[in-house]
Amino acid sequence: MSQNTQAESGVGMPKEAEYSELVARRQRQGRIWAMVFQAATLVGILALTALLYNIVTESFGLVALENEVDPISLAVRGIPLEELSKEQLQTILEANISAGLLRRFENDQPFAERDRESVYGLVLERVVEPRIVATWTLQESLFQREQIEAEIAAKYPNAVLEFRSWVNPNFVSSTQSSVPIQAGVRTALFGSLWVILITILFAFPVGVGAAIYLEEYADDNPINRLIQTNINNLAGVPSIIYGMLGLAIFVRTMQPLTSGALLGLADASTANGRTILSAGLTLGLLILPMIIINAQEAIRAVPSTLRQAGYGLGATQWQVIWHHVLPSSMPGILTGTILSISRAIGETAPLVVIGASTFIAVDPNGPFSKFTVLPIQIYQWTSRPQDEFRNLAAAAILVLLALLLTLNASAVLLRNRFSVARAGM
Amino acid sequence: MTITLERPMVRRKESPAPQANGGQYAIETNGLNIYYGAFHAVRNVEMKVARRKITAMIGPSGCGKSTVLRCFNRMNDLIPSARIEGEVLFQGENIYADYVDSVEVRRRIGMVFQKANPFPKSIYDNVAWGARINGFKGNVDNMVERSLRGAALWDEVKDKLQQSALGLSGGQQQRLCIARAIAVEPEIILMDEPASALDPIATLRIEDLMQELAKDYTIIVVTHNMQQAARVSDFTAFFSVDEQRTGHMVEFGPTDQIFTNPSDQRTEDYITGRFG
Repeated sequence: MSQNTQAESGVGMPKEAEYSELVARRQRQGRIWAMVFQAATLVGILALTALLYNIVTESFGLVALENEVDPISLAVRGIPLEELSKEQLQTILEANISAGLLRRFENDQPFAERDRESVYGLVLERVVEPRIVATWTLQESLFQREQIEAEIAAKYPNAVLEFRSWVNPNFVSSTQSSVPIQAGVRTALFGSLWVILITILFAFPVGVGAAIYLEEYADDNPINRLIQTNINNLAGVPSIIYGMLGLAIFVRTMQPLTSGALLGLADASTANGRTILSAGLTLGLLILPMIIINAQEAIRAVPSTLRQAGYGLGATQWQVIWHHVLPSSMPGILTGTILSISRAIGETAPLVVIGASTFIAVDPNGPFSKFTVLPIQIYQWTSRPQDEFRNLAAAAILVLLALLLTLNASAVLLRNRFSVARAGM
Repeated sequence: MTITLERPMVRRKESPAPQANGGQYAIETNGLNIYYGAFHAVRNVEMKVARRKITAMIGPSGCGKSTVLRCFNRMNDLIPSARIEGEVLFQGENIYADYVDSVEVRRRIGMVFQKANPFPKSIYDNVAWGARINGFKGNVDNMVERSLRGAALWDEVKDKLQQSALGLSGGQQQRLCIARAIAVEPEIILMDEPASALDPIATLRIEDLMQELAKDYTIIVVTHNMQQAARVSDFTAFFSVDEQRTGHMVEFGPTDQIFTNPSDQRTEDYITGRFG
C-alpha cells in the first residue's frame, strides 16, 4: 500500500520530508566513501612508517665489541695506548703484524710520511682489532637493556657494550670491506653518482628532443602513431629486460667504446664493457620512455594561445619552440625527469645483469671504471649471513634515501626557479 | 613610421617577378573556400579590403568569420586538417603562392587575438621579442617606447617595464598585445574579437585605439558586437551560415549602407536582432 502511494507520489521531485531524508542518506554515502579513502591513505602512511621504523631500528643500536688484544696490555711503561708517540705505536705495529702486511702499508704510504693518527688507526685496526660479536636493534637497545647486559655478561665476558650509529662519517667515507666495522659505502656512493650523471646526460637531452619531435614536428600518420604506441609500452617493460638489452648492446656489442679501449683509456686485451658508461646508458634507456611521455605531456599543456602569439609575430616554428614552448613546459619536464631519476637511482636488476661489481674497494674515476652502486651494495649485504651486515644494509639504505632526497630537492629548487622566471618576475 | 605599401614578398630567383601594380587593395580574396578535413567551413568568399580603413566582419557564431580572418595571415596553416582553395591577395600577391613563406606573411599581417595572450615575460620583453626575432637592429628601448605609445599604453607602464606582463589588467594586456603586434611593423592588423573579454571602458579604449591605428594600418576586425562594428568600421562584411553549416559572405559594403540600408533580407534580420 505504502509502496503504491510512494510510486504515485514518486513522480517528480520528492516531497519535503522525503527529500530531507534523501539528503541525509546521500550525505551518509559521501561520508562512508570519505572514510574509505581515508583508510586507504592510512594504509599508505602505515606502510611508510613501518619501512622507516625498520630501517632506523636496524641502523642504530647497541653492539658488543671484543678486542683481539686488550689495549691495556699494549701500554708501554704505564702510558696508555692512546697517549703513545708515533714511534712507539710503530714499534707495536711492527711487533704484532706480519712483515708482508707491513710492507703493504709501507707501499701505500711510507711510515716516515704518515702522521701519528694514521699509525694509531693502523694499530687499532690491525693489532687491537675490535670485533663486533653481537648486535641489537634500536628497539631492543632501548627497551631490553638489562637482558642485553645479562646476555653479554654470560656469553662474552670480555666484550664492551657500546651504542653504535651504523650511519656515521666513517661509514660514508670508507670503502667496502669484509670486516663489518670497517665497511663503508664510499665506492657505491660514487658509483651511484657517476651512473646517474651519465644517465641524466644521456636520457634528458634525448628524451626531451624526442618529445619535441613527436609533439611539434611529427605528422599524425601510422608510422608516428606506431612509434608513440611503442614508447608508451616501453615505459611498462620490466627493468631486467633493459638489463638484457644493455648487456647485449652496451657491454658486448659496443665494448670497445664502453670499455674505453677505443679512446685508448683501457688496455684492449683486458678491457670489458661492464663499466659506468654501460650502466648509465642502460638506465638512460630505462627511463627514456618515462622522460619522453612526461615531456610530451608538459609540451601539450602549453596553451595554444602562446604558440599563436609567437607565430602571429612572424616567428618560425623553431623560435616558438625554443623561446616559448620549452621554457613554459620546463617545470613539467623537470618534474618528470626528477621522478625518472629517482627510479633510476634505485634500480638494481638491470645493473646486476650488466655486471656491476659486488665487491670493489676502488673508487670509480670516470665513465670507464668498474663500479658498484648503492642498491647493489645493499642487496649484497642483505644476502650475507652475519647480523652486522644487516645493520650495514640498513645504514646504506639511509644513505641512499638521503642521496635521493638531496637530488630531488635540488631538482625541485631548479624547477621552482624556472617557474618564477617564467612568470617574468 | 614608414610603411612601404608596394613591397613585394621575398622571393627566390625562380619565383615569378612581382606585379608592377602592387594591387589596389590591402587584401583581396578570389573564390576563397576553406575546409577542415571533409567539412566545408567557408565557401566562395569574395572580399576586397581597402587600405588604411577598418573593415569589420560580423555574423552569427559558426559563420566562419574568424576562420576567414585567420586565412588572411595563414594562421590556419597551424591546423593540420585545414585546407584552402582560391586566392588571398595581399597587395596583389597571393600569400598562398608556393614561393611565399608564412613567416613573412605573419610578420607583415599581424594579429591580435580574442583573449589577450601576452608572453609570460616582462612588459618590455613582450614588445621587444617579436622585433628581435625578426632581426630588428637599432635602439630597442626607443622601439619599445614607440610601440607602447602607439598602443596608448606607455603612460601606464613606463615605470614598470621590467615587471611581468601577466600583472596587467585585461584591457592593458590586450593593448600590450597590440603594441607587440605593431612593434614588428606590419602593414595589416587582424583583430579577432579583440574586446570581447573586456569591460565597456576597456572596450572603448581599444576602439579609440583602432581608429588611431587606422591612420597607419589596415585593420580587419571580427566582432560579435554590432554597435562596435557600427561605431568603428568603415566597411562591414556580413557572414551567415547555411543548412550544411557552411559559412559564406552575404553582403559586403560601406558600414553606413550595411547598417541603414542593407540590400539582403538576412543582413537586415541580423542587424535588427530578428535573426533566429
